[in-house]
Amino acid sequence: MTVFAAASLQPAFDKIAAQLYVDATFNYAGTQTLAAQLAQGAEADVFASADKTHMKTLLDAGLIAGAPQVFAHNRLEIAVANGNPKGIHSLADLARPGLVVVLADPSVPAGKYAQQALAKANVTVHPASLEPQVTAVLSKVALGEADAGIVYVSDVVTSQKVQGVPIPDSQNVVADYPIAALKNAQHNSNAEAFIAFVLAPDGQSILKAAGFEPA
Amino acid sequence: MALAGLGLLLFLLPLASLVVRAPWGQVGQELLAPETATALGLSIFCSVTATAIALVLGIPLAFVLSRTAGTLRRVLRALTTLPMVLPPVVGGVALLLAFGRRGLLGGPLYQLFGVQIPFTTTAAVIAETFVAMPFLVIAIEGGLRALDQRYEEAARALGASSWKVFARVTLPLLRPAIFSGAVLCWARALGEFGATITFAGNLPGRTQTVPLAVYIALESKPEGAIVLSLVLVAVSLAILIGLRDRWLGEP
Repeated sequence: MTVFAAASLQPAFDKIAAQLYVDATFNYAGTQTLAAQLAQGAEADVFASADKTHMKTLLDAGLIAGAPQVFAHNRLEIAVANGNPKGIHSLADLARPGLVVVLADPSVPAGKYAQQALAKANVTVHPASLEPQVTAVLSKVALGEADAGIVYVSDVVTSQKVQGVPIPDSQNVVADYPIAALKNAQHNSNAEAFIAFVLAPDGQSILKAAGFEPA
Repeated sequence: MALAGLGLLLFLLPLASLVVRAPWGQVGQELLAPETATALGLSIFCSVTATAIALVLGIPLAFVLSRTAGTLRRVLRALTTLPMVLPPVVGGVALLLAFGRRGLLGGPLYQLFGVQIPFTTTAAVIAETFVAMPFLVIAIEGGLRALDQRYEEAARALGASSWKVFARVTLPLLRPAIFSGAVLCWARALGEFGATITFAGNLPGRTQTVPLAVYIALESKPEGAIVLSLVLVAVSLAILIGLRDRWLGEP
């Protein structure tokens, strides 16, 4: 069975696969990359997206079997180096001159959400780079090359090298993660079992431990 | 013949597909988009600069390689050609660890002078030089080994200084090797993706060269990506064909 999953899901889904004892291959990448691959005919059994937009694109293209179900939510957080050496406490601090801020590209869900959050906070940042997936933002902060980046809460929870600065609800964006089986799935029963597990209490508690909010 | 045809097909089919699938109605509009011009300009600037640096550093390196022998030569050669076989993304990570803010060289640079290399156009040029210079070194080293050393000896016997021998005899004899090495190096630099996006990041106007712009556009607007790819193919072909005729005098 092949699962195409948003890059941010990797820590949680690796644990779920271990518990489920199912022989699954995971393709983790930016949601927009996965959607493009699936639209071009890539074979997969399950698609777990970091936004509803890309799921809807595939749904409209007739590639999804049944109705997608939202299985988790995620929020944004500012990732900074452990100890927060630059003293970053809010989105407004990201506009400080001399600060190296990295965001995900606006074509990536995390990048789109980051733009929305910055707009809500009325903050203009000049990013040093627009990374092709949210995990690349995290690694630039973890490597010390960037002072701050906007990532998901779940990314911060599963990384030992960064800490999170919370973004208040009034400025934050809630990301919905929908999951669905694909029409051309070769392993229908495994796909259904995987989706059922993700939605069941066991799967939900793994997701919660990885920093997601339950559906 | 059949195998040669198959080989050619392997190159031509994907290129032909780009042409067939191109949104010809929107080509003008995509070409005139400011992002396209920005990415193309940056790509040309970075690849030409990388080639110039590779020439300055690579010619002496090729000389050293061609004048050494035995184990030393094998080790030097392996080290020089490593970037050719290394996945470019790994090269990018290695560059971060060397020139990043916490890197071996980048760390002191940042601490002492506040210089930050990652996420700058300089980083994009370094990434392209790192990946592309081996092509130039190998081509020139091959040219040096094939060189008939009697010309140099004759010049020396006639009283020319070593610099004069190098400038007036060796370099002119090497011209075809230097040229083909530089073209290979430039072409590799122009197409560079993995090391650039890892080490230099992706920001339009600063580090987003055409290959990066194609990658990002592929997912948000595939038509734009195809047009940009075609532009890159056209520019590369034009320069490769044009320069070849001009410099080597081939039909």
